[in-house]
Amino acid sequence: MASFFASEFFHNYKRSSSAIIGSALMISFAFAVLVGPFLVAQNPYDIASLNLMDSYKPPMWLPGGEAQFPLGTDGQGRDVWASILYGARISLFIGVVAMVASCFIGTVLGLIAGFYGGIVDSVIMRIADIQLSFPSILIALFLMSAVGTGVDKVLIALTAVGWVVYARTVRGSTLSEIEKEYVQAARVAGLPNHKIIRKHVLPNVLTPLIVIATIQVGTFVLIEASLSFLGVGVPITQPSLGLLIKNGFDVLFSGLWWTSVFPGVAIMMLVFGINLFGDFLRDELNPRLK
Amino acid sequence: MTKADDHPLLSVRNLRTYFHTFSGTVKAVDGVSFDIGQGEVMGLVGESGGGKSVVGFSILGLIDSPGRIEDGEILLNGKDLVTAGEAALRDIRGRNVSMVFQDPMTSLNPLHTVGRQMDEVLRLHTDLDARARHVACIEMLESVGISRASERLKSYPHQFSGGMRQRVVIAIALLARPGLIIADEPTTALDVTIQSQILKLMRQQIAEKGASMILITHDLAVVSEMADHITVLYCGKVVERGLTRDLISAPSHPYTRGLIASIPDATDRQDRLSQIPGSVPDIRNLPMGCNFRERCPRAQALCAQQEPELMPQHGSLRAACHFPLAPGDTA
Repeated sequence: MASFFASEFFHNYKRSSSAIIGSALMISFAFAVLVGPFLVAQNPYDIASLNLMDSYKPPMWLPGGEAQFPLGTDGQGRDVWASILYGARISLFIGVVAMVASCFIGTVLGLIAGFYGGIVDSVIMRIADIQLSFPSILIALFLMSAVGTGVDKVLIALTAVGWVVYARTVRGSTLSEIEKEYVQAARVAGLPNHKIIRKHVLPNVLTPLIVIATIQVGTFVLIEASLSFLGVGVPITQPSLGLLIKNGFDVLFSGLWWTSVFPGVAIMMLVFGINLFGDFLRDELNPRLK
Repeated sequence: MTKADDHPLLSVRNLRTYFHTFSGTVKAVDGVSFDIGQGEVMGLVGESGGGKSVVGFSILGLIDSPGRIEDGEILLNGKDLVTAGEAALRDIRGRNVSMVFQDPMTSLNPLHTVGRQMDEVLRLHTDLDARARHVACIEMLESVGISRASERLKSYPHQFSGGMRQRVVIAIALLARPGLIIADEPTTALDVTIQSQILKLMRQQIAEKGASMILITHDLAVVSEMADHITVLYCGKVVERGLTRDLISAPSHPYTRGLIASIPDATDRQDRLSQIPGSVPDIRNLPMGCNFRERCPRAQALCAQQEPELMPQHGSLRAACHFPLAPGDTA
């Protein structure tokens, strides 16, 4: 651990304000998501704890606001602040799990395509090319309308959209890695292919993935929010930040702006934080920018 | 010296390795034969693009598409490697035949410690337990001249200098006690001052372990120090072979003489270094007759019509030339 604090990475981190802001935002969100729900009095999805009399209360600093509901309430009397804490949980869960799944599938396919080449490579990469020629939200929309809605379906749609970047990156690095003599040396030593891929190629192609994976969490949070806003995302019983925006959107122009603006600000800060930190990682881990 | 014909460790017979590309078939290795006896060092010499490395990879069965071994036999201890399956070949690689590469900067995985990369070979090819493997690694590192071996096992490749890395690569190649080591330009990427150390080390290690070696190089000065006998390749074909002293002192093929003449000589100060005129012909589109005739000072009409066969010459030499040089010939 001491060596980490003495490392060039940490030195540059301390000097980069965008990295500090970005990681601070990410850490606050992680904290809010993990312990937040225990800090608020109301569980917005426990119907028994709701009171319709509390509906459409404005934020506490406006006339009619109450300290009990710092960011106001929605039409069902749900605390917007509590809803954001619960909703960010679902948004981040979807973003992270879909990222891990995409990364795994994309890396495996990219390694196979790069290492074996030939027809396998052509098939995998043509599928990737075709996918990349459509906007990812369109593919996700299409898949969601085919398989139906739900958190698991959103995960499937995001993974189907997200593996492509990993596959292309990993294939490219694999192609340049297997030209290196240590891979030849491993073959000459009699190592079977799966061991060469796992022990020699994989560790050497991982670095660029860290950046892609970080930024992709932000992208996935946004895509999920768009899907939910369009009504094909998560179910109403498990509202993500996107669904909160949609719920508030109906009354946005009646002057009840807080129900959708605050969840929107939350998404913005989350994605902003992830992108700031991702940019810093990209600068740090890309040897060509050094 | 052991007689090569008695029980050759490796016998390559009429090997043809072709690469089928869109712009034509590249006959990288075209009818090459040679024998290596137990404990012998054979130099495989030629210009770049002459098919030297392809011979090495053919022996290991590591020719990638679009390349293919079209014909020939590669007998290792009497067992044919061309017809052997992938599983059998994998067993032979590293255990019976291993390889030392040109560039020690890229032939070690930058992310694993030296110890781990050595251990991998032993785990694959021996039944030793972890303790015994560790001891074997330390002994091997010490025998290639790396001090504080047990500490150095924990080091990463970037913590070694180029010469040290090549010592590690040699240690890895020797680890499973293979009978044959293929060294593909093992000193080309090294500093001249390190070259002779590494060559001496390889020579000594091979003698100690009773292994044989194919030394692939373009550098005749290196081979003349190391090899028992030399095979000269040109455009994928053997143009001359023989015992090192015969071949170096009085080559009979004009190409070999050209290679020897192009070694700079410190005692004989010339204005220009001597070279072989012209360059290697397009290997996809070789001319009729002798491949070397367009660069050869002795070429005559016959050379354009008929390809020369490998014929016995003076001493131990065999050369493929219609007008071979006799000892003392200058023109």
